Amino acid sequence: MAAALELDRINCFYGNVQVLHDVSLTLRQGEVLCLLGRNGAGKTTALKAIMGLVPVRSGTIRLGAVELTALPAHAVPAAGVAYVPQGRRLFAELTVAENLEIGLMARGKGRAVRDAVLALFPVLRERLRQVSGTLSGGEQQMLAMARALCLEPQVLLLDEPTEGLMPAMIARIRETVAGLSARGVSTVLVEQRVDAVLPVADRVAFIENGRNRETLDVERLRADPDLVHRYVGVG
Amino acid sequence: MRTDGLARIVALHLGLVLLLLALNWLLPEYHRGVFSRILVLAVFAMGYNVMFGYTGLLSLGHAMFFAAGLYGAGLTVYHLGWPAPAGFAAGLAAGLALALAVGVLALRTTGVAFMIVTLMFAQVIYLLTLYFTTYTRGEEGLVLAPEDRFIALPGAVLDPTDPSTRYLLALALFAAALAATVAIVRAPFGRTLVAIRENEERMRMLGYDVFANKLAAVAVSGVLCAAAGAAYALLFGYVGAGFASIQYSILPLLWVLLGGAATTLGPIVGTLAMFYVVDVTSGYTSAYLLVVGLALILLILYFPRGLVGTLRERWLPWLP
Repeated sequence: MAAALELDRINCFYGNVQVLHDVSLTLRQGEVLCLLGRNGAGKTTALKAIMGLVPVRSGTIRLGAVELTALPAHAVPAAGVAYVPQGRRLFAELTVAENLEIGLMARGKGRAVRDAVLALFPVLRERLRQVSGTLSGGEQQMLAMARALCLEPQVLLLDEPTEGLMPAMIARIRETVAGLSARGVSTVLVEQRVDAVLPVADRVAFIENGRNRETLDVERLRADPDLVHRYVGVG
Repeated sequence: MRTDGLARIVALHLGLVLLLLALNWLLPEYHRGVFSRILVLAVFAMGYNVMFGYTGLLSLGHAMFFAAGLYGAGLTVYHLGWPAPAGFAAGLAAGLALALAVGVLALRTTGVAFMIVTLMFAQVIYLLTLYFTTYTRGEEGLVLAPEDRFIALPGAVLDPTDPSTRYLLALALFAAALAATVAIVRAPFGRTLVAIRENEERMRMLGYDVFANKLAAVAVSGVLCAAAGAAYALLFGYVGAGFASIQYSILPLLWVLLGGAATTLGPIVGTLAMFYVVDVTSGYTSAYLLVVGLALILLILYFPRGLVGTLRERWLPWLP
């Protein structure tokens, strides 16, 4: 399967503190790759590095033939990567429609894209005029994903999308990720809990202290749950 | 983005302009003169509002853009003998050029550093007006001859020294600036600026070129402030270094805060309120600034979002 996104030995620093050490990852076309690790392991930093929000001091990140590390941060979404950060980060005072509009305006997308995105999240269509800060946690997560999908990305980066959500909403988010995968959208999913990723991920990359320890097929993890404890001591 | 409420927004703004037009024939001579000045300075406040209110860039140096327009128009008319409309255009061009130059450099900073850098650039402009006193006559300033300020139109000549003509010209500038502000605020560009004000990084990760949008906001702001400066020179005939001083960087901030930041009508309401608080209180006491200060404290306590901003928050959420 072709690589959609490739991180090759990237190193990132916060000031003088190195937070990513030679991280290499390959995301295949249509795949859901989960980054699993403890708090502070460097998972979110890896996503921010892909987006150009954290400078990459050495190493390269490629999206197909495009070297993302050579682009300014605002050009990365235009290249085809969308990011849904932890905590949703909506414009809380704007309505659902206005939040989507900001996503659409970014790439000059029109009503057809908006309708396609709303078809994935029908509940948002009923709440278009509602101020986004008043939505439930699950609805806010859907809106954050919908806003990102307005960019029509090839690669979607999701940072702990199920955090704090009720089980029914988690299942809904998983269904959406699986549906996007079936359409060829590749997803990098950051989670802390292995039970949150096993139902949806194709492969799992373990991140520990800014290093990727191992990347395993999810079937292997299902067959041997002790592997999770062995690599990062989470589960 | 928002399509609701367009009719009442247009009606409100058009109604205000028509009311101001009627005041040309209703106001006593003194107050008509005060209003002429307020209308021009409200355009200055509108320009400030684009940057501060909508984009969240707190500048302490906007006097430089007003001065760019003032001197751009004043010097070309006074020394080069340009006709008033050409002088006005020169003022706009000077404001745009200065805004782009300052914006490219100052936007590398944020927050307090941005305030200091803009203040520093404004001081440079102020000192330049004093340094080149041969041309500017420094604090004393230049007085433009009435005939140099005439505006020749096909079949008519407008004389800005006539109080009614001056008022109507000031109103025309105000109406144009108000229309431009409403259009910008409701356009995707205006929404982008507000979203940048709320969270720059969020916008960057959505693919917006934050720097380019902020630079465009500085340019729009600079041109509006320069338009006010150029109009001031041509309508009132005086070009002095006092308008480039720190006081004229602080005033638009106060006007906008008083009227309501990020509201289209806040600048005119704030400018009007401040002018009349000063005008009325100075008639009673020489310590009028103390009264002005007290009035501002009360307003901040009871109208923390400014007069129009509080109106919008409490009763009229559709106000742009």
